[in-house]
Amino acid sequence: MSTATLDKQEPKDATGSAAVELITATFRIRRFNPEVSAEASWEDFQVEIDPKERVLDALHKIKWELDGTLTFRRSCAHGICGSDAMRINGRNRLACKTLIKDISPEKPITVEAIKGMTVLKDLVVDMEPFFQAYRDVMPFLITSGNEPTRERLQTAEDRERFDDTTKCILCAACTSSCPVFWNDGQYFGPAAIVNAHRFIFDSRDEGGEQRLEILNDKDGVWRCRTTFNCTDACPRGIEVTKAIQEVKRALITRRF
Amino acid sequence: MKIHKYDTVIVGAGGAGMRAAIESTKRSRTAVLTKLYPTRSHTGAAQGGMAAALANVEEDNWEWHTFDTIKGGDYLVDQDAAEILAKEAIDSVLDLEKMGLPFNRTPDGTIDQRRFGGHSRNHGEAPVRRSCYASDRTGHMILQTLYQNCVKEGVEFYNEFYVLDLLLGEVDGVRKTAGVVAYELATGEIHVFQAKAVIFASGGTGKFFKVSSNAHTLTGDGQAVAYRRGLPLEDMEFFQFHPTGIWRMGILLTEGARGEGGILRNKDGERFMEKYAPVMKDLASRDVVSRSIYTEIREGRGCGPDGDHVFLDLTHLPPEQLDAKLPDITEFARTYLGIEPYTDPIPIQPTAHYAMGGIPTNVLGEVLADNTTVVPGLYAAGEVACVSVHGANRLGTNSLLDINVFGRRAGIAAAEYAAKNDFVELPESPAAQVVGQVERMRDNTGTERVTEIRKALQETMDANVMVFRTEQTLKTAVETIAALRERYLHVSVQDKGKRFNTDLLEAIELGNLLDLAEVTAVSALARKESRGGHYREDYPNRDDVNFMRHTMAYREVGEDGVESIRLDYKPVVTTRYQPMERKY
Ligand SMILES: Cc1cc2nc3c(=O)[nH]c(=O)nc-3n(C[C@H](O)[C@H](O)[C@H](O)COP(=O)(O)OP(=O)(O)OC[C@H]3O[C@@H](n4cnc5c(N)ncnc54)[C@H](O)[C@@H]3O)c2cc1C
Ligand code: FES
Repeated sequence: MSTATLDKQEPKDATGSAAVELITATFRIRRFNPEVSAEASWEDFQVEIDPKERVLDALHKIKWELDGTLTFRRSCAHGICGSDAMRINGRNRLACKTLIKDISPEKPITVEAIKGMTVLKDLVVDMEPFFQAYRDVMPFLITSGNEPTRERLQTAEDRERFDDTTKCILCAACTSSCPVFWNDGQYFGPAAIVNAHRFIFDSRDEGGEQRLEILNDKDGVWRCRTTFNCTDACPRGIEVTKAIQEVKRALITRRF
Repeated sequence: MKIHKYDTVIVGAGGAGMRAAIESTKRSRTAVLTKLYPTRSHTGAAQGGMAAALANVEEDNWEWHTFDTIKGGDYLVDQDAAEILAKEAIDSVLDLEKMGLPFNRTPDGTIDQRRFGGHSRNHGEAPVRRSCYASDRTGHMILQTLYQNCVKEGVEFYNEFYVLDLLLGEVDGVRKTAGVVAYELATGEIHVFQAKAVIFASGGTGKFFKVSSNAHTLTGDGQAVAYRRGLPLEDMEFFQFHPTGIWRMGILLTEGARGEGGILRNKDGERFMEKYAPVMKDLASRDVVSRSIYTEIREGRGCGPDGDHVFLDLTHLPPEQLDAKLPDITEFARTYLGIEPYTDPIPIQPTAHYAMGGIPTNVLGEVLADNTTVVPGLYAAGEVACVSVHGANRLGTNSLLDINVFGRRAGIAAAEYAAKNDFVELPESPAAQVVGQVERMRDNTGTERVTEIRKALQETMDANVMVFRTEQTLKTAVETIAALRERYLHVSVQDKGKRFNTDLLEAIELGNLLDLAEVTAVSALARKESRGGHYREDYPNRDDVNFMRHTMAYREVGEDGVESIRLDYKPVVTTRYQPMERKY
């Protein structure tokens, strides 16, 4: 095990500006590649890096400079596309939204795939079942009658009602942090419920009853044990547990 | 190798690809091939809004919008296309609302609108509120809404399939679309998709710059594939640098921040845009603001110990307004800079943002093989395409509009074409080129590394092909890129496997960036004038006599196998607006 060392570096970046303090951090990554071995294993990498950089930057450094076989998904690099949810020091986060300085880089930083989903290679998991659960809640506006010529009207308050759950980026950080989901992959999981909430509480939508019936299923909202893991895990700050509670309440009162 | 057969194949599942898919799936058997899961596409990063002259909050009309688009594009815009864009904008926004998009609302319950750069009332009199928005995550909401409607329509997706080649077949001496070849990330398998119609909607190419607002995956694959098949690329020298990227990181802070009242300040706290654009000030067009920022920096009025950035000041805006209208970008400042935007100004610098150029199309989305000839069955829409509605500089909020208007048009046109035409016979060994490319890359034992070449490419692009350009910097870039292309032949990858080999695909993406960077620099070198996003310090004026025309760049391969770029030019379509001096 190594500890982080501080050493002053000459300016390195193209802008040639003020010196950056680099540290050496250890990334302990859960590796798995069935083409090579049926077993997963931990591997340590040492990287010299500015602690103000993202975990994603460190993963890139490892992939680009040390081991090209390290595999993970990513795209936007600023917390918008939902590609890079992973377990960092035992907690679900987006690698691109986690700064190294914030996760005790003096100790080895563990990085592994999100839990409860089939690992395909290193940090890449099978997302299909996750998206299937999402599709199963009918995540689209359902209306009846003729379409208006102009926009449908909605008050600012009605719009605000479901604002929180429109932020979801489908990264699966919530669903894969849920102990109920770990034990039973059939459970819809928080993300699907969040997306159902987004429509159930949209004043323009008329499919609320249908969606509530889907979520009334044995694998639906009643499985939730209110552990708040999902809320803690959400990189978009959505109050996931609250949304699930609101759906439960709507099921009881049939008012939404 | 697997062979699939569809009427219509769409390459890309961003805004343009999914808008097209919603139309073409209703009319033809359609497959969407996308290297990312649809909701990971970079349309989701768009923040500020989508333009349409709805006139919900103040007087506005599509003719003013047309004019602003043409003026914003420094008169290199094809005016017939701009008119379509501005007219169809209105239905395009209303369609999205009906599909479920949660726009912000006015007190009357209609779609709210805000100001954005270059959008004005009555031909430049004053800023106008034309941008329809959903907080500062409009692109996210567009991407989600379109994906939701694809789910509803049962659109068939092939996720994590990388399209690496376009197949054309000759029928009676005419080159027609036959399909595409794709690499499946999960397995390494090669798939041939035979199709009557193909739509490229694969997005931009912003990763050839270092400081960039673009995702790692925006590597211009569609442009590169078309170009290698002998199709031209239009106006590649026009690349937009957005004024407000987070200093050094390039992460975008929307122009909507200035639309809400944010102000740019230099180290003396001066609102410097008043000097450069007395009427529109901080909301002048992006090329103007980016040049003004660099002028401040060059003249010693930049901020920080190295004077290499300026400030975006939001501190005078009420925190409630920031929370309601700009929650994401203020959070970016907190997360990545550790700055509280309520109280501290945010350090920013221009960031590479948007490719105005791309695969040339007409207003139906049909791809052009030269100035006038259409390639039957081939379409392009979105940032990969050049219609050209953005000319030399795109106005903010006009791209989310473009992807919806022209994505829809391409989807309809492609499906209708597929209904009326037969499959073109696949060429012999259709996958040969891709198989060769992949194997060469996997088996190469050279000593060059992707990361080093990419870094050198991005550095030369930032240093030489950015906001200010000269003959000298562009020549340097052309030479550097040529040398990098030579080194690229000796690139080897470490991952030799078949499963999720992103090492291999990054190497292939780098090849695309190199080709497109070269076209960009060569096109820029030949354009001896300044217009919109292309600014030549050695030719600081616009030259309508010699350069009021689109660049068309073709890849040529000599008999000796040596590649070169041939430049040709295409006239601009002018309807009713005569070029005037551009002032803001
Ligand atoms: C940070 C940011 C903010 C912006 N804000 C605004 C704004 O407020 N208003 C505005 O009008 N515009 C804005 N823009 C511009 C606008 O968002 C983009 O130009 C537009 O979204 C591009 O959409 P697209 O569908 O063409 O491409 P993308 O959304 O980038 O989608 C590209 C698709 O192609 C696929 N693809 C790529 N290569 C391949 C391949 N080889 N094989 C298969 N699939 C492939 C990808 O998987 C992806 O699905 C912004 C841009 C950025 C970067
Ligand atoms: S890379 Fe897009 S969310 Fe992290």
